Amino acid sequence: MKITPDEVRHIAALANLRLSEEDTALYARDLEQILAYVDQLNELDTTGVEPMAQVLHEGNAAPLRADAPGASFDQGTALRCAPLQGAGHFKVPRVIER
Amino acid sequence: MSPIGDLTAGNIRSGLLAGDFSATELAREAVGQARAENDRTGVFLSFTEERALNAALRVDRSLAAGETLGPLAGVPIAVKDVIMTKGERTTCASRALENFLSPYDATAVQAIERAGAVVIGKTNCDEFAMGSSNENSAFFPVRNPADPTRVPGGSSGGSAAAVGGRYVPLSLGSDTGGSIRQPASFCGVVGVMPTYGRVSRYGLVAFASSLDHIGPFARTVRDAALLLGTIAGSDPMDSTAATAPVPDYAGDLSADVRGLRLGIPREYFGEGLEPEVGNLVQAGIDSLAGLGCEPVSISLPHTRYAIASYYLICTAEASSNLARYDGVRYSRRADRAALRDMYRDSRAERFGPEVKRRIILGTYVMSSGYYDAYYKKAQEVRALVARDFARAFEDVDAIITPVSPFPAFKLGEKTSDPLQMYLSDIYTITGSLAGIAGMSVPCGRTSAGLPVGLQILANHFREQTMLNLGHAFEISRGGETQQAREAG
Repeated sequence: MKITPDEVRHIAALANLRLSEEDTALYARDLEQILAYVDQLNELDTTGVEPMAQVLHEGNAAPLRADAPGASFDQGTALRCAPLQGAGHFKVPRVIER
Repeated sequence: MSPIGDLTAGNIRSGLLAGDFSATELAREAVGQARAENDRTGVFLSFTEERALNAALRVDRSLAAGETLGPLAGVPIAVKDVIMTKGERTTCASRALENFLSPYDATAVQAIERAGAVVIGKTNCDEFAMGSSNENSAFFPVRNPADPTRVPGGSSGGSAAAVGGRYVPLSLGSDTGGSIRQPASFCGVVGVMPTYGRVSRYGLVAFASSLDHIGPFARTVRDAALLLGTIAGSDPMDSTAATAPVPDYAGDLSADVRGLRLGIPREYFGEGLEPEVGNLVQAGIDSLAGLGCEPVSISLPHTRYAIASYYLICTAEASSNLARYDGVRYSRRADRAALRDMYRDSRAERFGPEVKRRIILGTYVMSSGYYDAYYKKAQEVRALVARDFARAFEDVDAIITPVSPFPAFKLGEKTSDPLQMYLSDIYTITGSLAGIAGMSVPCGRTSAGLPVGLQILANHFREQTMLNLGHAFEISRGGETQQAREAG
């Protein structure tokens, strides 16, 4: 299947990733090559096979702990690596235009 | 004092008790030696010297007070830089987390420090653990201790080289599709991927959540068993961590493997396997037969579909997990007036080429119109791969295979073709998809002197059988001491 630069731009937009023209061409080529390879999965008839999303050893659900409040790290620790913060919050560029 | 490279965890314990050295002396020597050679080796991304000296001092004080020492007391250990160490940097070898300070300790790190281990630094790896050669580190490559012109394997290349290069007796790595077993094979050390969920993933930066594992590197199987026993167990912070009781892997280690049936899968010895590697692995199987094991030929018919299934699933999960690096919470951001531009440029500037490639592929296979054709199909094939193993383990106790089709390759040799690099993971990816346990144990060297590993795969929670086989094999090849000496 042919992958066009426009398709790669669309996917990159979904992934919030800006790509240069050079990278767009490179990933179009890589994606095409990899998708051609994975096409071999269609040789297999998987009718009736339950998709395996997770390795679960203990029944169909992961064990849950009691829903009880406990200690967590504080706001300062959470904010410590933020590029921009203020008044105990992460700051981002303006979202809504006035 | 012996060079640290000659010591095992057991030696360190007896040395401390006999007063041959202190934990502080060991810690100083380990950090000093690793740091002095790091420009040449590329093994470490950062050193945690103050933390190490504090931990060592606690051990020395316990010793002076006559208290019982923990099972890893005073043992210098290196931790892959995708595993959180509170207050220290955890970069994932990525510019996206260049200045990130871990807000908490991974459960596995808490466990080793509670056992008395001394964390000396964080090891280099492929960016976000994506790669098979360590060449995707955003900072610098790691050199293979057996041959510095060659890669150490990946993605846990630094952790494998830290042990193979004799800087530490033990290290922690992570394995998603072979990232512990393959570098262990390339560097001539023992590397263990436990059963999925055997070790908590809390504090392991997520790459592909249904496939990620933390596991040990060591020079001897006994040391690997000791470290695994320390980090295994349930965890309220990780609902996928198994609640099954943890055996005393090291205490129960036995070299009596008589009567064990070993499956030798035909699909792992065909086209693509370098003859010299195949011969060494075959000689390893013969050694195990000489110990009283019974090799039987088996088939794992869906093996050839595993790489396609794996690279669809792991990239889909990665594209989702890596969405969090948006320039808001971690490290630096691109200064843009509009939010969407800030996201897109921050990610573009910070992620390396392989990470972008996997995000693109993963986003594609999860996108509208392609989900069923790729992602769901890959999950169905994953179930078939897992079923192959389930059927095989009805008849055999373990499965023996090569770890990698070839030994360590030259730096730069395979970087131009991403698909070829993916294909080299064929023997390790199958066990990852099934969630079973696997390990690499050294089984000799090629004529060029490059280490080759033997892979032992065992069913869910059958780590003891796997470790016993590795232990018996190691002894048959000259014993633990010999193994430790040769590993450099």
